[in-house]
Amino acid sequence: MTDQHNGGGGGNAVEVEPDFTEHSVHEGVLGYLMGFALAALLTVASFYILHTDLIWGPGIVVMLVVLAIAQIGVHLVFFMHLTTAPDNTNNVLALAFGVLIVALIIIGSIWIMDHLNDRMMPMSPTTQMSPSM
Amino acid sequence: MSATEALRRTAHPHDLDPYKVGHGHGDGGRHDFATGQGEGGPASKEVIVGYGFWLFLLSDIVLFSCLFAAHAVLQTATAGGPTGPQLFDPFSIALETACLLTSSFTCGLSAVAAGARNQLWTQVFLFITGVLGLSFLLLEAHDFASMVAQGASPQRSAFWSSFFAVVGCHGAHVTVGLLWLGTMMAQVFFKGFRPAILRRLLCFNLFWHMLDIIWVALFTIVYLIGEGR
Repeated sequence: MTDQHNGGGGGNAVEVEPDFTEHSVHEGVLGYLMGFALAALLTVASFYILHTDLIWGPGIVVMLVVLAIAQIGVHLVFFMHLTTAPDNTNNVLALAFGVLIVALIIIGSIWIMDHLNDRMMPMSPTTQMSPSM
Repeated sequence: MSATEALRRTAHPHDLDPYKVGHGHGDGGRHDFATGQGEGGPASKEVIVGYGFWLFLLSDIVLFSCLFAAHAVLQTATAGGPTGPQLFDPFSIALETACLLTSSFTCGLSAVAAGARNQLWTQVFLFITGVLGLSFLLLEAHDFASMVAQGASPQRSAFWSSFFAVVGCHGAHVTVGLLWLGTMMAQVFFKGFRPAILRRLLCFNLFWHMLDIIWVALFTIVYLIGEGR
């Protein structure tokens, strides 16, 4: 440890105190390694199941979404350190609200536009409507 | 007051400083109060800055969700032009994914190095993160160029407009992230591990990991599900 970062006067000393025991570095690297391994596994799985008969055809999309959500969870926990600690309560609540808004936007858009498409006259995109219609 | 009590006070002078009470980080876990929860006193600046930046990231994710929604509803609006699966290059997408995921990992390692106040390894891991991010951008630019060359420019159809909007917006974020990364490397080098610099590093880490989360949604929704249809 050098003194250069404690130069801001005694007032900051508590805040700057590093937690740099050999142990915490080891633990930190291990956490990121675990996250990296899990995320890589889920990514490979996503790319892999697309081209196999492992999963019933129409179910592939659902499987891809599940794998993506799992991987986002891994990133949040291992990389962004979202925990259940009291210091994190606000972050988790904000995330929950964000997820709600994202779900409303995406599911709502797909739902509404699907219904609109159903009610449209059948029309191929290349041909214009003929005058007789 | 006993002699031990006096000793304790000298050992931890900030125990008696009301402005330090409740600043959980660095107090060595001497009390059980949760910071930012009334009794525990105000949260530390690191927690507050992290929270504010987290709110920005969530609003950014909401912005992306609009682009995703637009792309999802325009999946079949190719106007007779080329479709996505005809032009997507799975190998290139896998390579881009590997670059970004590994860069997220090295970014995390740089945070560990910064936690240990190790200038050399912080710089090394930030540099690797930047190189991987740049490789990602170059691969993506190459993909875009080949798509446009094959007649899939943003003007071709609503599908390609929405495709370039969502993937391009992510690419723009990565570009900004790279600029930020360069700035952080310079600041860590010249200013050292000051509290303010460490907070900026924390925000940068959150930003970079967020980009990877967006990319997970992106390669799943745009490339894989598009291909699976």
